[in-house]
Amino acid sequence: MTMDQYAETFREETLELLSELEVGLLELEQNPEDVDVIGRVFRALHTVKGSAGMIGFDEISQFTHEVETVFELVRSGGLPVTGELVNLTLAARDIIKEMLDKNLGGESVDPEIADQLVAALRGLVPTQDDFSANGVAEAEELITSESEEATYHIRFRPPANIFHRGIQPQGLLQELSRLGTCRVIAQTDSIPRLDELDAELCYLYWDIILTTEHDEDRIHDVFIFVEDDCELKILPINEDLLAQSGEGGRLGDILVQHGDLSRDDLERVLQAQNKPKLGEVLVQAGVVTGAQLDVALEVQAEVKRQKQKREAVEESSSIRVRSEKLDSLVDLIGELVTVQARLSQTSAGQDDPVLNEIAEEVERLTWEMRDHILNIRMLPIGTTFSSFQRLVRDLSQELGKEAVLVTAGAETELDKTVIDRLGDPLVHLIRNSIDHGLESPEVRHKAGKPEQGTIFLSATHSGANVILEVRDDGGGINLNAIRERAKSRGLLTSEMETSEAELINLIFSPGFSTVGEVSSVSGRGVGMDVVKQAIDSLRGSIAVTSVEGKGTTFTIKLPLTLAIIDGLLVQVAGEKFVLPLSAVEECIELSRQDVASANNRNLIKVRGEIVPYLRLRERFRLNGKPPEIEQVVIAEAMGQRVGFAVDHVIGEHQTVIKALGQMYRDIKGLSGATILGDGTVALILDLPPLVQEAEADERILTDSVH
Amino acid sequence: MAKKIMAVDDSATIRQVLSFTLQGAGFEVTEAEDGQDALEKLVSDPPDMLITDLNMPRMDGIQLIKEVRQSSWGKFIPILMLTTESQEAKKQEGKAAGASAWLVKPFKPEQLLAIINVVLL
Repeated sequence: MTMDQYAETFREETLELLSELEVGLLELEQNPEDVDVIGRVFRALHTVKGSAGMIGFDEISQFTHEVETVFELVRSGGLPVTGELVNLTLAARDIIKEMLDKNLGGESVDPEIADQLVAALRGLVPTQDDFSANGVAEAEELITSESEEATYHIRFRPPANIFHRGIQPQGLLQELSRLGTCRVIAQTDSIPRLDELDAELCYLYWDIILTTEHDEDRIHDVFIFVEDDCELKILPINEDLLAQSGEGGRLGDILVQHGDLSRDDLERVLQAQNKPKLGEVLVQAGVVTGAQLDVALEVQAEVKRQKQKREAVEESSSIRVRSEKLDSLVDLIGELVTVQARLSQTSAGQDDPVLNEIAEEVERLTWEMRDHILNIRMLPIGTTFSSFQRLVRDLSQELGKEAVLVTAGAETELDKTVIDRLGDPLVHLIRNSIDHGLESPEVRHKAGKPEQGTIFLSATHSGANVILEVRDDGGGINLNAIRERAKSRGLLTSEMETSEAELINLIFSPGFSTVGEVSSVSGRGVGMDVVKQAIDSLRGSIAVTSVEGKGTTFTIKLPLTLAIIDGLLVQVAGEKFVLPLSAVEECIELSRQDVASANNRNLIKVRGEIVPYLRLRERFRLNGKPPEIEQVVIAEAMGQRVGFAVDHVIGEHQTVIKALGQMYRDIKGLSGATILGDGTVALILDLPPLVQEAEADERILTDSVH
Repeated sequence: MAKKIMAVDDSATIRQVLSFTLQGAGFEVTEAEDGQDALEKLVSDPPDMLITDLNMPRMDGIQLIKEVRQSSWGKFIPILMLTTESQEAKKQEGKAAGASAWLVKPFKPEQLLAIINVVLL
């Protein structure tokens, strides 16, 4: 491994930790006393510091150390979590991020910024006598020892004469409790009647559930002075031991295993049992005492906890692979799909049953493999969601609004590339919601709404698509403002009748904004048109609905993956093209007569509606005559129905998208190419630019006529 | 009030080590040179705990333990016996006599304090 690779690993790890840190801090803001979260924040800082130090990013290491030191104090209860602490630590997190970016490029961050923050953080600490030195070593110890905890069930029955040896069982129990967290249950069922009781004898015995990082030997050590004479059972509690049933070890089995209940008694009572709580029945039947039952219940709960913990660990067990490796895997499977298509096509023409069988098998396996590989690239969208919490928090502070972000469907999976490219548009939509959507607290109050506005961000699966929704409970879009704005920009004339939907969709027009004054937040020269473009480039679509006074909803529909699309294969003058099937609505025949009746204008009547179409033959300047009856593929592009006239529609085609070479990348109207079963190449059409260009040409044409 | 511990050993060095360690941990310490000496001092001023060597002149540790366990005041007090590796049989004997715990010489101060921590409440 070279230094560069270390640095790359470090960068990835640190970015992950920083986002954990951020999430943790935001959680802390809600629950300032959550010890688990404090621990998580601390560990994130600790790990960043440690690994930075290991590979020589001293700037990061030293700075993080300072922040960590403060959090060590928080962890030990010496400093409360306050809004200011969270603010400063978030700022520190940003500085670490900046250091990370700059350090990797060999630069460093202005030390004054870091120093100022450190000074501010230290200012939060009441007395700061040598606090930077101590604590950390201790923390180190806590962190390393934390991992290997185990839970034991200990049954300790001392000899009756234990007091005569000057030993107090409490002393042993206390010693045990120093080893970890423990729950002690005293068993009193051997205590005789008062007149038979000898006050110098010990009648009690104990069950202890101990969770400790120490091993069994250490537990034995506690009892070393009495072990020979007492009854001592130390059973590790784990799933294997009790996992005969699904419910974390059945109660009856646990009691039998402890020797508190015989198998016969259990069977007898079970037969009589007709209500769900076995424990109560057992106690009622007098075969088990309440305390024994408590122990068994405790063990059962512990097994459940362990199971949950293990499942949590299993869920998060993963390997880290560079995304480039996955990209090349996707490329390869693309090639394989292509070759497989050739194989199928070839074998179909051979009339050879053995070959056919092989070809079918290869086809099945290929598709299965394709699905799996595409699945590997799927990531839960939640990672992006969490970064928006910060955004909402910062923005609402900046704009003097109160807003909270509620997310749903964080587990929804999407292709990594899509997720990566989705960040900016979503940020823009959320900004927009806070800036334009939500009203100020006073206005909201007057309108009878809660002062705190809510922004909902949700993701759901819908077939081969994912639907994202950004919804706010703000004032909604002011349609009149849009109308006025559109008129002033010449997008609308006063006579034009427009539906609400058409009006609202105008906000996606380039440079359109209804807010008079440009705020620092939304007015960064990026309009909704850019959002729409970004979504279009992901082969998705965006729609907006709004209810005045109630709020606005943006709905984004995205394909699950970018690597493979369902396409419609068409032919024009011997060339083959693929249209994205998601945009296609229907196919209509176009005869010479139809063309003539429309006065040779490119318009076709689809069930009473006039739809403009463009001829691919003309657009791509292909030679030859169209057939007598052409086909028009009606598709949705730029929010309207547009037809594409082709010679033949061949059919649906699972299309593996290949990028076009450097030379062809800038050609408008093509989004890529795909290799067909016979080895020929078909171009994949990008409908919106095609339509745009056609419209532009038309305008030139009509202008020149006038 | 500080707990009182009596250290019984015929070796002055051991007594010194015990006293030093125990006083350092906040206990009040009285010393005795052997079982006989101990018993005489114990009667007038019974301690909260007894630490005793086994092999001593005049009265050995085992006998001392037996005597203490038979007394009215010493029936339940913790007794720690100091043994050496070779004294396994003696250890069993001491246990039977009523010793609460044992510690093998040579020992470290922490070991001593750890045991006291368990047996002396």
